Amino acid sequence: MTKLDHLRNRDAVLRMSESEAEERASVVDPDDERMIINMGPQHPSTHGVLRVTLELQGETVLRSKPVIGYLHTGMEKTAEDLTFLQGPTNVTRMDYASPLFTELTFSLAVEALLEIELPDRSTWIRMLMCELNRMSSHLLFLATNGMDLGAVGMMIYGWREREEILRFFEKVTGLRMNHNYIRPGGVAVDLPDGWRQDVQRILEILPERLEQFDVLMTGQPIWRERTQGIGIITTDEALALGATGPVLRSTGFAWDLRRAMPYLAYDQVEFDIVVGTYGDTFDRYAIRLNEIRESMRIVEQCLELMPEGPYRVEDRKVTPPPRARINESMEALIHHFKIFTEGFKVPPGEVYTAVESPRGELGCYLVSDGGPTPQRMHIRAPSFANLQTLPHMMHGGLLADAIAVISSIDPIMGEVDR
Amino acid sequence: MSESPPPVDDATETVKKLYDVAVTDSKGQTVLHPSRDSYHDLIQLLVREGYDVCVDLCGADHLGNATRVLPMTIEPERFELVVNLLDVHTPRRLRIRVQVPESDPVVTTISDVHPGAEAMERETSDMFGVCFQGHPDPTPILLPDGWEGHPLRKDFSMGRIPVQFKAVEGR
Repeated sequence: MTKLDHLRNRDAVLRMSESEAEERASVVDPDDERMIINMGPQHPSTHGVLRVTLELQGETVLRSKPVIGYLHTGMEKTAEDLTFLQGPTNVTRMDYASPLFTELTFSLAVEALLEIELPDRSTWIRMLMCELNRMSSHLLFLATNGMDLGAVGMMIYGWREREEILRFFEKVTGLRMNHNYIRPGGVAVDLPDGWRQDVQRILEILPERLEQFDVLMTGQPIWRERTQGIGIITTDEALALGATGPVLRSTGFAWDLRRAMPYLAYDQVEFDIVVGTYGDTFDRYAIRLNEIRESMRIVEQCLELMPEGPYRVEDRKVTPPPRARINESMEALIHHFKIFTEGFKVPPGEVYTAVESPRGELGCYLVSDGGPTPQRMHIRAPSFANLQTLPHMMHGGLLADAIAVISSIDPIMGEVDR
Repeated sequence: MSESPPPVDDATETVKKLYDVAVTDSKGQTVLHPSRDSYHDLIQLLVREGYDVCVDLCGADHLGNATRVLPMTIEPERFELVVNLLDVHTPRRLRIRVQVPESDPVVTTISDVHPGAEAMERETSDMFGVCFQGHPDPTPILLPDGWEGHPLRKDFSMGRIPVQFKAVEGR
């Protein structure tokens, strides 16, 4: 257990309640050079409402504690009141930068309990949309990461590229965010006419823009100074703390659920897992930048291999009948009415499904008691676990680097607090 | 075709032998049902078996759930502690469900084995009122300090949400 002892002995986590911290802050001891200060939750670089209590000695961070819960809206409790069909409207609001992934993991859990097989096309549509979403989420990361480290222009560029993808999402799902597109039984609607050209256009624009990002950031000495060797974490530490996604991969450990435990049709497409070497802030940045390129490869293959067929299960107990059928068939009307009033019943049981979201392992633990609403729905949020690495990454670093480290974890607070 | 059983069986066999833990299968996923006393030791043993990442830890309230299926030897209790373990070296998963009685909702912490479980245990403690013995920082994580009640318990009604935000003393 040496690796654990190392984590413990480092004394990087400030384990202190609010009142204790306040008390400590009010006591003035001229010999004690440490002080406790508070960062956030309104600080612009804390990605929403993350608050960090820091113990400083001069400008060096000794111990710290992420204080979360400011966005807690009880979504897991809400989920117990919504039917399985309404579920995605709720979970999609958790990780607002990559909403499709939460919908996906929830839908996979419901489908596992229902034991239904999905048509191929719905699987591939899900994969296409998720990879596009991974790109938009990483672009958002590049934008905010650039902004946090002083490359303010990057914010505009990242946002611009992300907008291209969101425009496509709006065309497909009707909304730029919180799509409620992936639902138990398939997806909400088929891809619209001309979707190939739209996706093709995104694939044409992006490579050149990514090259520009390389010029603006990757190769630039100031950028490297600010990110290289900052916020280092090792593989053992990341695993012990339950970190996944780019945080874990930055340490050189090639763990990606798409490859390790393939879901959807990831075993049928080619892509590389991007890993870092040093586990520092620069690696985490570079991984995300290059994962956009890998996602583009997957999207290209989706364009090629997209099968024809139904976009959702043809089981009328799970998915509503087409609108046109309702006018002619009494049975279709009944099914439609049942699904949208009572919802469909899911056999009792419990299941855990996980997908690789842009931030790491996004899991859903679902318990059904045989009714139309879940008995328990729990989302395993990657940002929630990844945030625990923060004190260890910041320990011994400068306060100014703390901003870079927080940014490199890329936490989405909606998902952390749920 | 090799004759060797899949790796997941090895671990569960060892566990079965050593701890006499009931093993069930839920939609193709292996679930272990240890007693509260053997839970901590089991987690420690499973680390040696390769399950070295505690990927998720959450609670569940089974009040009014008559459809729950448990092995014969397990006495059903109101609360359950659900731990999802991951083996990142040979990709496989394992789930552990511990019965926690309502009258004495105390479980030994596993944050000494998996430091990553610390925040998750704090969340479970917030939401279900399950206490984790030996936890290094048993403060609320998602709820404000001094919040009364445990929101994810089934008898915590959604309709009567009181606003409990209080002024900080001395301000």
